[in-house]
Amino acid sequence: MIQINQLSKKYKGAEDFSVKNLDLKVEEGEIYGLLGPNGAGKTTLISMLTSLLKPTSGSFTINGLNFKDNKNQLKQLIGIVPQEYALYPTLTAFENLQYFGSMYGIKGEILKKSIDGHLEIMGLSKFAHKKTATFSGGMKRRINLIAGILHQPKVLFLDEPTVGVDVQSKNVIIDHLKLLNKQGTTIVYTSHHLNEAEFFCTHVAIIDRGEIIVKGIPSELIKNQSGANNLEEVFLTKTGKALRDYA
Amino acid sequence: MHRLWASTYKEILLLIRDLGGIAILFIMPLLLLVVITLVQDSTFKTISDIKIPVLVVDNDKGEVSKNIIENLSNSNSFQMLQKSSEEEAKEAVFSGKYQLAIVIPKNLSASLQKKVDQNVEGILSKFGLEADTLAVAKETIPQKEVRLYFDPATQVSFKSSVKNGIDKMISKIETQSIYNAFQTELGEEDTEPIFETENFIAFKEILPTKNNEEIIPNSAQHNIPAWTLFAIFFIIVPLSINLVKEKNQGTFVRLRTQPVNYATVLGGKTIVYLIVCLIQFTLMLLVGIFLFPVMGLPGIDVSGKLPMLYMVALFSGLAAIGLGLLLGTIAKTQEQAAPFGSTLVVILAALGGVWVPVFAMPKIMQIISKISPMNWGLEAFYDVFLRNVGFVKILPEILLLLLFFLTTIVIAIIYNQRKNAV
Repeated sequence: MIQINQLSKKYKGAEDFSVKNLDLKVEEGEIYGLLGPNGAGKTTLISMLTSLLKPTSGSFTINGLNFKDNKNQLKQLIGIVPQEYALYPTLTAFENLQYFGSMYGIKGEILKKSIDGHLEIMGLSKFAHKKTATFSGGMKRRINLIAGILHQPKVLFLDEPTVGVDVQSKNVIIDHLKLLNKQGTTIVYTSHHLNEAEFFCTHVAIIDRGEIIVKGIPSELIKNQSGANNLEEVFLTKTGKALRDYA
Repeated sequence: MHRLWASTYKEILLLIRDLGGIAILFIMPLLLLVVITLVQDSTFKTISDIKIPVLVVDNDKGEVSKNIIENLSNSNSFQMLQKSSEEEAKEAVFSGKYQLAIVIPKNLSASLQKKVDQNVEGILSKFGLEADTLAVAKETIPQKEVRLYFDPATQVSFKSSVKNGIDKMISKIETQSIYNAFQTELGEEDTEPIFETENFIAFKEILPTKNNEEIIPNSAQHNIPAWTLFAIFFIIVPLSINLVKEKNQGTFVRLRTQPVNYATVLGGKTIVYLIVCLIQFTLMLLVGIFLFPVMGLPGIDVSGKLPMLYMVALFSGLAAIGLGLLLGTIAKTQEQAAPFGSTLVVILAALGGVWVPVFAMPKIMQIISKISPMNWGLEAFYDVFLRNVGFVKILPEILLLLLFFLTTIVIAIIYNQRKNAV
């Protein structure tokens, strides 16, 4: 489904590569977690895969397509849930979703049903016609997620979809993502919540300083790392305990 | 088309949810128009109707000073207030209490009479009419000066018009004195003047006509096109901020990952803000037609001109929107977009001839003004409003405005493509 070959990104003026000669393969139907400390290159990698950033070198394909030759076709195929709330605060939840759904070419009754259905699952039906400016962080996160999945993407990219939300909202989001995955959506997501990733992801890759340190099925990674009882211990063993502050 | 409509609908919603913003968009230009027209109208009245208090120090107390004071009083522009000393008058004017003081020198009447008599006798003696006077030695008469004191805050244009007026009046008094001296020397009866002292050359202003009626331009007809255009171009500021906001709040990032091109995003904004421009224009016309006469200001006549006026407003609006979208595309923050946008509008207005007519600018500025879209819009408005021309005459300006819009949009799209190329 996703084939990444020697993908690199070096920002203008930066000394080091943010993503360095990265190879990765994500198969159809997988939930692939990209894990790593701050500044590891997770968001940079997702930004390149969703056409937001131009790679310095290397290439990738999604479903056999690349952005250079099949830009609109590929954009129709993927969904993105960015880390920040990409919503218009003065529009209602319904109006936001109606607009972003329309940009995928969905219209009329199909769009309305899709919005209503997702709002229902996410427990936001009664807030559909309230401005998103009045929403809590958890509610905004859920609307943010719906905006990226209205067109039933084949591949969904999520950048920290559960950051800063309460346990209840997190559960609703994860449950909905699992449902989407069951319906055939391949998911690539970044997270700092290693417990969440351990149980949610079918595969994970631990990235540090732009390179993949280890990748595989979470349970196998734990088994193969001597003394590790969970993914967090694998993570700390592989990436170390030093703070990662970047400016 | 569906995406364009969705973008347009979203822009409408964003706009109507910001009531304060709408109020500013529509009320401020109207306020600007009313204030400017009131101020300009009172400037015209300063010269015609309102009497400005003027201090006069009459050191002459003769025929000439009497004439000067009488003429100034009769001009309906000035209210003459006598002061006894030059120092006192100077102090009052330089401190800003009065705008003008006139100091008439001592013995002005006697000296002028002496000078005129001397000149007339000289001329007549050349014709052999007063041979005996030739023997008299020519006395040197020192030149006299009427001193004018202006408040330093007085505008140059006002100073010039007052100086010209007084200069003209003194010339007339001098001429009159010469005629009188000739009359006296030639020994004619005062009751039968031998000279006609009325101006021989008269001026007549020929105005453009419509249905055989002369169109007399007034301050409203000058102000409405100029300030409407100014308001239309101010759309640059909210429009560029709107685009920068999209970038900062993350919605633009989402749009970039969606199968929608940048032209569609800009298209939605163009449609909505063009409607805003046309509503602004309509409100300004309504103010000019209905509110101005109620306020005692001259109203405007738009009969038969509306289609062409709306055409100029539409294309001026497009040019302004193009510039706003380009600025919003390039600017990274609102702090960049807002001050730059508003300053740019003021510069374009100055270059376009909104404050100072283009013909009065230095040569280099006249050339630069030709590349200001505000100049094209203003000329087209004046063509329709004041010069009463047909559609063909405004076509070049309309095309320039359209070309400007297309150019700015194409640059914005290319810039965005290059910036976000993958």
